[in-house]
Amino acid sequence: MNETFIQLAYIASSVLFILGLRSLTRPDQARRGMRLAALGMLVAIVATLAHQQIVDYRWIAGGLVVGVIAGYPLGMWVPMTAMPQRIAMALSLGALAATLVGVAEYYTRIHEATGLGRGTAIALGFEVMLGALTVTGASVAFLKLQELITGRPVTYRGQNVVTGILVVVLLSLFGMLIARPDNTFAFYGLIAVAAIFGVQLVMPIGGADMPVVVALLNSYAGLAAAATGFALNNNILIICGALDGASGFILSLLMSKAMNRSFRNIIFGAFGSGPTALAVDATGDRTVRSLSVEDAAIQLAYAQLVVVVPGYGMAVAQAQHQVRELAELIERNGGEVKYAVHPVAGRMPGHMNVLLAEANIAYDRMYDMEEINADFERVDVVLVIGANDVVNPAARSDPSSPIFGMPILDADKAKSVIVMKRGMAAGFAGIENALFYAPRTSMLFGDAKATLTKLIGEIKAM
Amino acid sequence: MFLLQIYVFVLAAFLGFQIIGRVPPLLHTPLMAATNAISGISLVGSLVAAGGGHGTLASFLGFLAVASATTNVIGGFLITDRMLGMFKRDEDKVKNDEAAKPAEDTERPS
Repeated sequence: MNETFIQLAYIASSVLFILGLRSLTRPDQARRGMRLAALGMLVAIVATLAHQQIVDYRWIAGGLVVGVIAGYPLGMWVPMTAMPQRIAMALSLGALAATLVGVAEYYTRIHEATGLGRGTAIALGFEVMLGALTVTGASVAFLKLQELITGRPVTYRGQNVVTGILVVVLLSLFGMLIARPDNTFAFYGLIAVAAIFGVQLVMPIGGADMPVVVALLNSYAGLAAAATGFALNNNILIICGALDGASGFILSLLMSKAMNRSFRNIIFGAFGSGPTALAVDATGDRTVRSLSVEDAAIQLAYAQLVVVVPGYGMAVAQAQHQVRELAELIERNGGEVKYAVHPVAGRMPGHMNVLLAEANIAYDRMYDMEEINADFERVDVVLVIGANDVVNPAARSDPSSPIFGMPILDADKAKSVIVMKRGMAAGFAGIENALFYAPRTSMLFGDAKATLTKLIGEIKAM
Repeated sequence: MFLLQIYVFVLAAFLGFQIIGRVPPLLHTPLMAATNAISGISLVGSLVAAGGGHGTLASFLGFLAVASATTNVIGGFLITDRMLGMFKRDEDKVKNDEAAKPAEDTERPS
């Protein structure tokens, strides 16, 4: 009876979760849908508390209290600019929970001689292996995104050899666990080596490749949760893990497609580790035109159609509010402002959209690459704010460029382009950007926030 | 038993691909936050581990798991809701600005 009640509650929760995720396909319904999903979570938790295997509520109460106290500030107070590291941290915590459940389950089964079948051992092995590598991998991603350690790729000689050895060790430990499920050395060894592997996997990955890694870790965390479901014979865990895994997998596919790179290339390629010969047409006569704030203000004030291309530089300068203010001025002068968002702009999927939305910019002004690329020819001014590689026309025209083939925003086709940039440093990939030298491009050097503030003042004074 | 679990897994993954493939890039960050919150469902496993009465070590591991999973559930759903609340259309904005939008950064000169 009790068991039936719990299972029915789980079915209801699963339906609510799926409805919640489906609501995310419609921005106007997403909020209500996700509240349904939260209700589903509450139903699942309350039902589980009635589980007859639970005999002692003291540890549970303690854990719930700690979780609520830690979770509330992480939900309410973390600024939107810190979203990438916030997500990485959540991935790490989620994987930690899955790993700990796996260890507790294994320990209990071994010590209480309730028996440990081979199937369960395999599921637990998967759970702790994926879990442990996500815990450390996401932690490294967090440290990089929070800039507590360098965001540059960290590489050393023989790195791929070490990775290969770790894979072999992981596989052998897994094999040992399958051969003898009660081999505790293999089980705990698997956790330790997987944890090292997670660090090894993420350290060589640079900041701009983070969207792929974060999505990939999301997928691993989901699979770890699904493996928990297999081990505990719990369908709702399997369902949620599968949904989560699918989501992470789709996102990482989309991200790597948007960079025109394979998973393998991102994970083992460590962009910029070997300086490739790029001096294609770097013949000294290329000049950059720099523009004064006054001239830029005049151009923008009289433009009919302005497209803003935000990049990671806008996030760093936290200039999204100034962008909105500038857009409002342009609109007051009769112009129209749109936002063109490249799929990998920023440090995680959808990063730019969240920042723009935070600045109170309507989402129907934000356009995906496919939606807006055909329109660039009609655009009077493209304002590139802290973006670089995603508008580099070399991706279309220069087969020798490392980013050749990557889909880009065709900003160079607009009537004029203003690039806001701190200096002439190359982008993350270390590639010269032909757009900066194009005849219709002018550069506006300086910190994005400060420059935008000056621009706003200038237009207001006109 | 195992085959049944595989069924559930495959069907759920298939459903996930169908639904999530249709989520617009606009909402990819909220999507990640949302799947994170939902994967806090490992809380149900943690609860049984923490309250199963299988000795102090298992209970303590369960306690840590409950704490981390709860953090994800609470923090995840709250931040998803906060983020989704920011995504507005033009017409909603006009309504909100005029009605009940306290001055946070809406100091637009009129």
